[in-house]
Amino acid sequence: MSESSSLKVLIADDTDTDRMILESIVKREGHQVVSVCNGVEAVNAYEQERPDIVLMDALMPILDGFGAARQIKALAGEELVPIIFLTSLNDTESLVKCLDAGGDDFLSKPYNRVILQAKIKAFSRMREMNITMQEQRDQIALHNSQLLKEQAVAKHVFDNIAHTGCLGASNVNYLLSPLAVFNGDIIVAAMRPSGNMLVLLGDFTGHGLPAAIGAMPLASIFYGMVQKGFSMIDILREINQKLKQILPIGVFCCATIVDMDFSGRQIKVWNGGLPDCYIYRKDSGQVDAVSSTHLPLGVLDDKEFRDDYQTFPMNHGDRFYMWSDGIIESRGPEGGMYGEDRLKAVFEGNQLPAEVFDEVLKDVQAYIGTDERDDDISMIELEMVPADSLEAQEQEFTKHNSTAGLIEWSLDLELKPSTCKIFDPLPLLLNILVEVPGLRRYSGELYTIMAELYSNTLEHGLLQLDSAWKSTAEGFTRYYTEREERLSKLQDGGISFQLSHQTSANGGRLIIVVQDTGQGFSRDENVDLDTQMFEHSGRGIPLVKSLCETLRYSNNGSRVEAVFSWQQ
Amino acid sequence: MGIQSHVSKDGKELTISIHGRFDFSAHQDFRNSYESVEAQPSLFKVDMNETTYLDSSALGMLLLLRDHAGGNSSHIEIVNCSPDVKKILTISNFEQLFSIQ
Repeated sequence: MSESSSLKVLIADDTDTDRMILESIVKREGHQVVSVCNGVEAVNAYEQERPDIVLMDALMPILDGFGAARQIKALAGEELVPIIFLTSLNDTESLVKCLDAGGDDFLSKPYNRVILQAKIKAFSRMREMNITMQEQRDQIALHNSQLLKEQAVAKHVFDNIAHTGCLGASNVNYLLSPLAVFNGDIIVAAMRPSGNMLVLLGDFTGHGLPAAIGAMPLASIFYGMVQKGFSMIDILREINQKLKQILPIGVFCCATIVDMDFSGRQIKVWNGGLPDCYIYRKDSGQVDAVSSTHLPLGVLDDKEFRDDYQTFPMNHGDRFYMWSDGIIESRGPEGGMYGEDRLKAVFEGNQLPAEVFDEVLKDVQAYIGTDERDDDISMIELEMVPADSLEAQEQEFTKHNSTAGLIEWSLDLELKPSTCKIFDPLPLLLNILVEVPGLRRYSGELYTIMAELYSNTLEHGLLQLDSAWKSTAEGFTRYYTEREERLSKLQDGGISFQLSHQTSANGGRLIIVVQDTGQGFSRDENVDLDTQMFEHSGRGIPLVKSLCETLRYSNNGSRVEAVFSWQQ
Repeated sequence: MGIQSHVSKDGKELTISIHGRFDFSAHQDFRNSYESVEAQPSLFKVDMNETTYLDSSALGMLLLLRDHAGGNSSHIEIVNCSPDVKKILTISNFEQLFSIQ
């Protein structure tokens, strides 16, 4: 409807001459006229004709203009129908009464043609504007409800991929808003076949769907690879590469990934772009910060990506905390930020470590102010606990029950130094082992056996490291520094695996032989090798022995044979 | 809040100054500041002297600038950072990609 287009104008006036004058002025402007003589007729005419503008005499018989105006405004609802009162009354009170009744303006008699025309034009413009605004409002409402529907679908798909994993475990405490994925925050957690817990907290740049998109491949890679026994670094590299490949430049994921080794009582942490994580020591009350040392995920190419991580010993009851920048950047009423100092102070003031998680949230909430609930806060607490205290986490592949697959077979694999440096053979071997019908449900045990035998062979056999070092904190660091250095200098030798499997009446026997080309570790020929190995290697070997039917060392300790028997 | 840019007389150096908060609302202005330059400068300077805060989308915008300036072969200096701004850049380890002063 443009300004010059024809309008339908309702004229209500009980004075014939006045009505005729009005009709002629309005018609001359090219508008269509509907004329009535009292308020009741005006209301009826409004209902039938739906005029664009109403010119209403204030004083009329049967129903006056004020009453008619109220009824018309009620009938019009959201639609704007400008009502201009025509009145010979001049006192303030009467004019106010016109507006109170729902009138939009008034025009005093006798009529001034030019002013009347100008008012009709002005109200016509206002009416158009109102219509446009309502259309736009309806459109926004429609878009918004559509967006919410789409988000619900997206969230449903996302929840199926990024299920909560093992976040329900008794040593985990976390906070993540239900729609966090649309804030760009994600937490994924799963138990590795070895019994280690792997947890990743990620914070994508931006908000809404763009931020949520990257979370899907991240979760899918994470859960897929963890259950196959890939190492933390392999998983991290894969996620980084995938995000780099699919996300536009400028969109990335700040993340921290933690590998909790419950039997070895240590954690590995890689932090790329998230605020300092804390390790809260139960006995001393000390807080160790783990700072970000890397670029976020999805920024660098695989060949530039740096995967070095930090390793920390942790005692039972020690707790690890990580958070996205939501906490530190929470805004107070004066616009200031919550900041790290306040966070640190909560830890310093804490009496019971089990309560510090809630204390932090309470403190942040108090800082923001009570009315506002900030949904941008993601936080997670992980406690180091004895390995056997964790309830058995259901692994998805235990349900898988196939009868076809590898039955009787053997396999030799030899790793040369160049491979030992960069390749973790365990996922590959484990993938083959779970192809044996029946062995799949022992994948946790098999992983432990293979992992312990392999790391023993690599670290004590090939690299000649002494695990006695690991008993002190300095030695612990030295051990891992040496490991890296010796591995990088490795020129000769290698490690070989021989796996063979036979079936028996109601199960089977898997024989695992791991050999290295080192000179072994035996220093005393009078003490048998198994006893020496126990002393030499620490916790790992007794564990393997408890899982196997037999475990035998030979060749000075450079060859080990493990027999694993299983029942249907 | 505003972004200003100027090219040195020899055309080799583009300085982009950011005033106030550097966040998503600055997206278009920031892009314009280097995309509107006709000849590609060999050095980009981002002056944070007047910058009070930057968020993760600002980090994303810096990566976009880096890509525009030639990725790994780009030469970008981020100068006059306040301690707060520097801290945010450090947490994300952006000194591996940019020269930060």
